[in-house]
Amino acid sequence: MEAAIEVNGLRKRFGPTQALDGLSFAVQPGQVTGFVGPNGAGKSTTMRVILGLDAPDAGTALVGGQPYRSLRHPLSHLGSLLDAAALQPSRSARNHLLWLAHSQGLAARRVDEVVEQAGLGSAIRRKAGGFSLGMRQRLGIAAALLGDPPALMLDEPFNGMDPEGIVWMRGFLRSLAAQGRAILVSSHLMSELQDAADHLVVVGRGKVIADTSVAELIAAASGDRVAVRTAARTHAMTVLANAGATVAATGLETLTISGLTAERVVTLLNASAVPFSEVSAHRASLEEAYMELTREAVEFRAAPAEDANGSEGAAR
Amino acid sequence: MTTTSSVTPYRTEVHSARDGFAQSLRAEWTKFRTVRGWIIGLFVAVLVMVGLGLLTATAGSIQCGGGPGNSGQRSGAACRLNPPLGPDGEAVFDTFYFVHQPLAGNGTITARVTSFTGLYSPQGAIGSGSDTAGMVSGTQPWSKAGIIIKQSDAAGSAYAAMMVTGGNGVRMQYNFTHDVAGTPGAVSSSSPRWLRLVRSGDTITGYDSLDGTHWTAVSSATLAGLPSTVQVGLFATSPGYTVTTQNFGGGSSVGGPTQATGSFDNVAVQGAAQGATWQGDVVGTAKARAADLLQAANYQQSGDGFTVTGTGDIAPWGAGGLGDGRPVEQSLVGAFAGLIAIAIVAAMFITAEYRRGLIRLTLAATPRRGRVLAAKAVVIGTMTFLVGLVASVIAMPLSDHIAYNHGRYILPVSSLTEFRVIVGTAALFAGVAIFALGVGALLRRSATTVTVVIVMIVLPYILAVASVLPADAAQWLMRLTPAAAFSVQQSLVAYPQVTASYTPSNGYFPLAPWAGFAVLCGYAILALGLAHLRLSRRDA
Repeated sequence: MEAAIEVNGLRKRFGPTQALDGLSFAVQPGQVTGFVGPNGAGKSTTMRVILGLDAPDAGTALVGGQPYRSLRHPLSHLGSLLDAAALQPSRSARNHLLWLAHSQGLAARRVDEVVEQAGLGSAIRRKAGGFSLGMRQRLGIAAALLGDPPALMLDEPFNGMDPEGIVWMRGFLRSLAAQGRAILVSSHLMSELQDAADHLVVVGRGKVIADTSVAELIAAASGDRVAVRTAARTHAMTVLANAGATVAATGLETLTISGLTAERVVTLLNASAVPFSEVSAHRASLEEAYMELTREAVEFRAAPAEDANGSEGAAR
Repeated sequence: MTTTSSVTPYRTEVHSARDGFAQSLRAEWTKFRTVRGWIIGLFVAVLVMVGLGLLTATAGSIQCGGGPGNSGQRSGAACRLNPPLGPDGEAVFDTFYFVHQPLAGNGTITARVTSFTGLYSPQGAIGSGSDTAGMVSGTQPWSKAGIIIKQSDAAGSAYAAMMVTGGNGVRMQYNFTHDVAGTPGAVSSSSPRWLRLVRSGDTITGYDSLDGTHWTAVSSATLAGLPSTVQVGLFATSPGYTVTTQNFGGGSSVGGPTQATGSFDNVAVQGAAQGATWQGDVVGTAKARAADLLQAANYQQSGDGFTVTGTGDIAPWGAGGLGDGRPVEQSLVGAFAGLIAIAIVAAMFITAEYRRGLIRLTLAATPRRGRVLAAKAVVIGTMTFLVGLVASVIAMPLSDHIAYNHGRYILPVSSLTEFRVIVGTAALFAGVAIFALGVGALLRRSATTVTVVIVMIVLPYILAVASVLPADAAQWLMRLTPAAAFSVQQSLVAYPQVTASYTPSNGYFPLAPWAGFAVLCGYAILALGLAHLRLSRRDA
C-alpha cells in the first residue's frame, strides 16, 4: 500500500544546527500517527519540508507519491495545520476559510461544511483575531479539512485546548482515521496522544528514534518486569534476589523485579512462604515508554531508522 | 509490520474545479476585500487627494488693478485672464505689431530683412512713463520680425510666418506651436535675409535666401480651413525679459517687457488687389508696462522699405514663469498624499502575511509562488488603479470649477490630454502600489517598506516641485527616481521657441509623460522580480 506521506533521508541544516539528520518515515492511511519528540527535535521543520515550504538539503518528501509542490489542488491531497496563529486578525474566521476555499476552486458551501465539522458554530462570523488559541486550533482544523483530503498533518493541535477540547480532538482524529484518512499529529507531550495515536514516530535531534505501533512501544518499555506488593518486603527481596532476579524497592510495600516471569515469582514466593497481596506484569504508560526511549536516544544516537516503512523500532 | 491492516485509503469527495491563475486571483481578491482597514485605506486615498485638490482651488486670493490707471482694486473672478485660443484650442499669446493688406486667393509675399534690433531693461525694472526711458539695446533670443500670412487680424487666428529672431536665426513658425529652423546666424545690413511665403490653397510654404536668387524651402504648413481672403504683411514682436535665479530654497525671477524693431526692403506682394494699401495695427493686448510699449508700436514706410516696431509674442501660452493660467493637473496635486495611503495598503497586503506567518498557509494552498505574487500584483494594481481613477474623475472637474470661480484661468487642453492625465494618474496609483507590493515582498516589514516607498517616490516629488532644490537637482530626481512617473500628470508642454523656466516647480518635468511612467514601471518590475527570486529561492 502506498504511504499517504513518506519522507526519505531528509537532511537540513540551519547554520550550525543540523535540524534534520537523515529523517525517514511513512504515514499510513487509516491511522493516527503521532509525531513525537522534544521541542527542537525537527518536527515542525519536517512538516514544512513536506509542504514544500522549506527545501531540504537532501532527501525527499512525498504526499500520495508526489512532491507537494507538484500537486494541482494541494489542499485536496493534504490538509495541514502548522500554526494556529497564522491568520489576519481583522479578517473574520469565515472569510479566512473563504479565501482558502477560493484558492482551491472550492465553493463557499464547502466552508459551511467544515465549520460544522470543526464545531466552530456561530463564532465563525467574528474576527479571527479575537479567538482563543483553542478556537484558533479548531479554525485551523477546519482549514485543513477544506479540501476533504485523504491525509492530514497537524502541528501541536492540542496546544491551548481545554480538557474538553482535547477529548474532542482525540475523538475527532480517531473518526477521521476511521474514514481511511492518514493523520500525522505532532506533539511534544506524549500524554496528549494517549488513546489517540495508533502509531508513533519518535524523533530526537533530527533523527527517528522509534517508528512503531503504540502497542509495541508500551510492551517494549514495560520489559519483562513484574510488580509485587507484599508486607514482607525484605524477605521477598532476599528470596527473589537469590533466584537471580534484579529487585528494586519502589515503595514501602512494592517491589519491581526483572529477570523472572510473574509465574516464577509466584512459585518462589509461595515456596518460601512469603505473603503477598499482588503480583502483576508491569505495564508502562506511554509517557514512561517515551521517557525511556528518549533517554536511550541520548546513549544510542548512532542508530537511525533506515527502514522507511518503519516496521522496526530503531533503538531498542 | 504493524501497519499492514486492510485499510481502504480515503478518497476525497470534494471535486475541485480546474487549477489556474483565476483561482489565485480570486483568493487574493477575497483576502483583500475582507480586511476592512485596507478598504478604508483606499477611501482615505480618494479623500486626501480630492481634499488637497479642492484646497489648491480655493487657496490664495487673486487681486488685480481695476480700470484705467489701475484705479480701484478688483479681485476674484473679475481678474480672470482671458487669453485668445489658437486654432487647436490651446491658449496662446498673439500680441504683435502688424503691417498688413488683404490677399485674395493664392499669392506670395517677399521681403528682405536688413536689420533687427531691440530694447530691454537689464535689471527688469524700466523707467516710468510710456516711452522706452531706461531701456538698453539688445534683442531677446526669441524676439522676432518677419513676414506673415494670417487668417485675419484677430488674435489667435491661424497663421504661418517666416522671421528672423534675436538668437535663433531664421525660423518658420505657424499656428503657435510649430517651429522649424531656417538659415542660422544674426541678421545685419551686411548679412541680410530674404524671406518668402507662398500661399497655395490651404498650404503655405516658407523660403529663405541670402541673395534673393537662390531660395531654400524651410517648411510647409497646412492651415485647414484658411479663408480665401487672408491678411498678409510684416510683423515685429518681442517677449518679456526674464532672469531667473535658482538656488536652494527656491528661485526668483525679475524681468520686464521688451521691444523689437525690424527693417525691411524689397517688400513685394504678388497677387494683391489693385490699389491695396498697407495698414498698421496692434494685434492682441498686453498688461501694465507692456501695454504702454504696445501703445508705442508703429511702422514707417518709404517706398518698398519698412521699419516695424512691436512688443508681445506669437507663441503658445505657458504656465509658471510664462502665464498665470492653471494647468488641469493642478487639481490632482493631492496625488502624492493619496499615494502614501496607497503605499501603506499595498505594503500591508503582503507584509501582514509575513508578520503573522500567514504566508505559509498561502504558499501551502498555492505552492507556485510566482503565481501568488502575480495574483497579488493584479489585485492591488486593479484596485488602486480604480481608486486613482475615481479620485481624479472627482477631483479634476470639481477643483477646476472652484478655481475658475475664484478667478483662476484654467488652461484649456485637448480631451485626449485630459484623458491621459486622468488615466495616467490612475496608472500612477497602480504603479506605486505594485512597487510597494514588490518592496514589501522583498523586505517583509510594513514600516520599512512604507518608508522606502515614501523616500523613493513622495519625497523626491515634494523636493522637486516645492522649489526646495535647485532646478538641475530637481530634474535629475524626476528622471532617476520612480517619482518620474508624476510626469504622466503634466499637461503643460515645454516649447523650445518659448523662453521660460521649465522646472518641476513650474510644472514641467524632464521626461515625457509615459517615459516618466516607464521609469516607475521599471522600478516596480525590478522590485517584483527580486521579490520573486527571494520568494522562490528561500524557505518560506
